[in-house]
Amino acid sequence: MEYEEAKQLIVEQLTKKLKTKSKFYFNDLSKILDMKPRDAKKIVNKLVEDGVLEYWSSGSTSMYGMPGTGKQAHSEGED
Amino acid sequence: MAKHETPMLDQLESGPWPSFVSDLKQEAEKRAKNAAGVEFQIPQDAVEDLLGVLELSYKHGRTHWKHGGIVGVFGYGGGVIGRYCDQPQMFPGVAHFHTLRINQPGGKFYTTKYLRELCDLWDFRGSGITNMHGSTGDIIFLGTTTPQLEEIFYELTHKYNQDLGGSGSNLRTPADCIGQARCEYACYDTQALCYDLTNEYQDELHRPAFPYKFKFKFDGCPNCCVASIARSDLSFIGTWKDDIKIDQAAVQAYIGGEIAPNAGAHSGRDWGKFDIQKEVINLCPTGCMAMDGKTLKINNRECTRCMHCINVMPRALHIGDERGVSILAGAKAPILDGAQMGTLIVPFIEVEPPYTKIKEEVIEPIWDWWMEEGKNRERLGELMKRQGLQKLIEVLGVDPDPRMVQEPRSNPYIFWKEDEVPGGWDRDINEFRKYHQR
Repeated sequence: MEYEEAKQLIVEQLTKKLKTKSKFYFNDLSKILDMKPRDAKKIVNKLVEDGVLEYWSSGSTSMYGMPGTGKQAHSEGED
Repeated sequence: MAKHETPMLDQLESGPWPSFVSDLKQEAEKRAKNAAGVEFQIPQDAVEDLLGVLELSYKHGRTHWKHGGIVGVFGYGGGVIGRYCDQPQMFPGVAHFHTLRINQPGGKFYTTKYLRELCDLWDFRGSGITNMHGSTGDIIFLGTTTPQLEEIFYELTHKYNQDLGGSGSNLRTPADCIGQARCEYACYDTQALCYDLTNEYQDELHRPAFPYKFKFKFDGCPNCCVASIARSDLSFIGTWKDDIKIDQAAVQAYIGGEIAPNAGAHSGRDWGKFDIQKEVINLCPTGCMAMDGKTLKINNRECTRCMHCINVMPRALHIGDERGVSILAGAKAPILDGAQMGTLIVPFIEVEPPYTKIKEEVIEPIWDWWMEEGKNRERLGELMKRQGLQKLIEVLGVDPDPRMVQEPRSNPYIFWKEDEVPGGWDRDINEFRKYHQR
């Protein structure tokens, strides 16, 4: 899958789910991309680098979200 | 005069043990006086507010920290843990109070200069409070604000050649024992392997894509000084294949009292004359040792590397010469429950740079399996329990080995597959019923 196509798919799918959740596990992303985790990681890394996705971490677990979505962005004054 | 009244914290100082409350008060006072003239980049009274919020948590019986966040340094998904106080008006000094994990040096060897530089940086750009070391082994910097994160990261990497550690669903900062640098029991160079794998797996360390945390720990010998067998998903424990080397003259010197047992570690009181039978031979878990006249004999085939005899008589007994590592998988030590010890998956493998076999035949196949099959927040040890040891050894492409069995029936790995059974699973039920009633 080409990067642009993957980007569009991720944004589209995550936006669709925004009503119920704003943070996603890596597994959710690799399922959306329908790729093996190692291949999906290359794309997800690039999406983070380009600012399409951002990391969220509790300290023990990491998740991904789109910048500016979810409660966290409000409470951190970063939106 | 303290900024906040802290009667409950003060009470904690009354015990006989060193108190973190005293440490925090000392740091608060030091920041208030600021004798060194530091231009504090976060509130000067951060530590006083930290004491205040902790007192309030004790009063309410619940935390006033909000958990987690999106903060980090550019390109890294770990190493920074967002912490926010939910009473920022009352405690503005800790409104943002993020934790940084710093990758500790191999074997935790420091120079005083390096430690001083780290502390100076942290006094300047953070709260000055550190935790040496966190459970994973990292240097922990407790408490700074968001704008300071990139500044700290820049200084760490550019001035001190120092990286952040792992947090979140990453490979966590690999930890090792002091190894061959100072220990004669070390069966391989723990620091070399730890350093190599840390560099090799930078992507896994900084960009989270695992189902949950993953820890490597490297112990040079089965004494397990970094407790890899209990606390790491992949535990590397030094071992040897040949015989324990025995210096019979030194054995006699221990018996005769010329050499203190345990290298003199128990010399604080008089334990009586050293009794090799009682203190070594009878304590051997496999009973593989005996005195034959004046000669100590060891049936090495039965030795399980408990290390007791070597620890007691280090000048008489020494690790063998054919050295390598045993690899165990699936340990974890969560705070609440579910602690699990590692399961032996590779009885022996040689440890030679560039460690290709360890990387390509052990670590990477395990990661591929866990990344594909692991549920969210499922540790490797839990996946091993869920899918079975048999699945893991299939993934690794190794043959089952009796040494992988902890004890009979605890982790049986033999389940026949259809293609291994003549005729498969299909059977003629009428033929079966001829011999077996319903």
